[in-house]
Amino acid sequence: MKARVYVMPKAGVLDPQGKAIGTALEGLGFGGVTDVRAGKVIELDLAETDAAKAKAAAEEMARKLLANTVIESFRVEIA
Amino acid sequence: MKAAIVTFPGTNRERDMRTALKRVTGRDPLMLFHRDALPDDLDLVVLPGGFSYGDYLRCGAMAAQSPIMRDVRNHAARGGHVLGVCNGFQILIEAGLLPGGLLRNASLRFLSMDCHMRVERTGTAFTSHWQQGAVFRSPMAHGDGNYFADHATLERLEGEGLVAFRYTDAAGVVTEAANRNGSANNIAGILSPNLRVCGLMPHPEDLVDPLMGGTDGLPMFESLAATFVSA
Repeated sequence: MKARVYVMPKAGVLDPQGKAIGTALEGLGFGGVTDVRAGKVIELDLAETDAAKAKAAAEEMARKLLANTVIESFRVEIA
Repeated sequence: MKAAIVTFPGTNRERDMRTALKRVTGRDPLMLFHRDALPDDLDLVVLPGGFSYGDYLRCGAMAAQSPIMRDVRNHAARGGHVLGVCNGFQILIEAGLLPGGLLRNASLRFLSMDCHMRVERTGTAFTSHWQQGAVFRSPMAHGDGNYFADHATLERLEGEGLVAFRYTDAAGVVTEAANRNGSANNIAGILSPNLRVCGLMPHPEDLVDPLMGGTDGLPMFESLAATFVSA
């Protein structure tokens, strides 16, 4: 079972990378981009076959290691 | 003073730290690799700078999970002293020994330059040889030193006097220009509530000898040596 963990800078936490990407897009002539946030996606292959259990396990992994919940939020998707 | 320097794959500033400790104690600190066990009779554990585990995932995140960090946590829980500089500060934060987070520098640039810091909390094992409000110069070299904490944590750090060092200009004035990495409240270094765990981004260990260009950072190591003078 595949779990996808989306890790994003928390709302209200400065995201310098997102800001820089936004400025670069503007420089390329893409107008109307009002905000950019940059995070990361971590894909996990899990032996677990129960979707609910897989999700719970991935969330525990996110809390313990994959995300720093002081500065980042996360969301788990089971595929 | 019984001191140990703990290194991980990718640590690269451990010899600077050894030089600084040896200068004030006259003897070499114990040099430990992450697979070693931490002796339980240490006065001070130092996590030096570098790029542990290639900064994978987040700076310090991998090292914080290393088995030796369990020993470092136990050492801190016993009331032992811990100093984390640069990547060492990042590891202490990821390990939960100090609060907050260290984000990418606001400029997105790796900053390798001298900065000035003001001593905000004297009278600790790390700062007693400075006067309150003293300003000193220190090299810094980091990409992720932008200190962040939520409002309540910042209030607590400020209210309880747990901000150890703040970025200022050479005259000791807190300015935006002096805050090169964009840290909240110009915070450069903080202390644990029992004042025995200290983390900071700049490198005082790199200015402890006239041959290095100055001795601005020496008071930190003199403070530590004086704290553990009998040991």
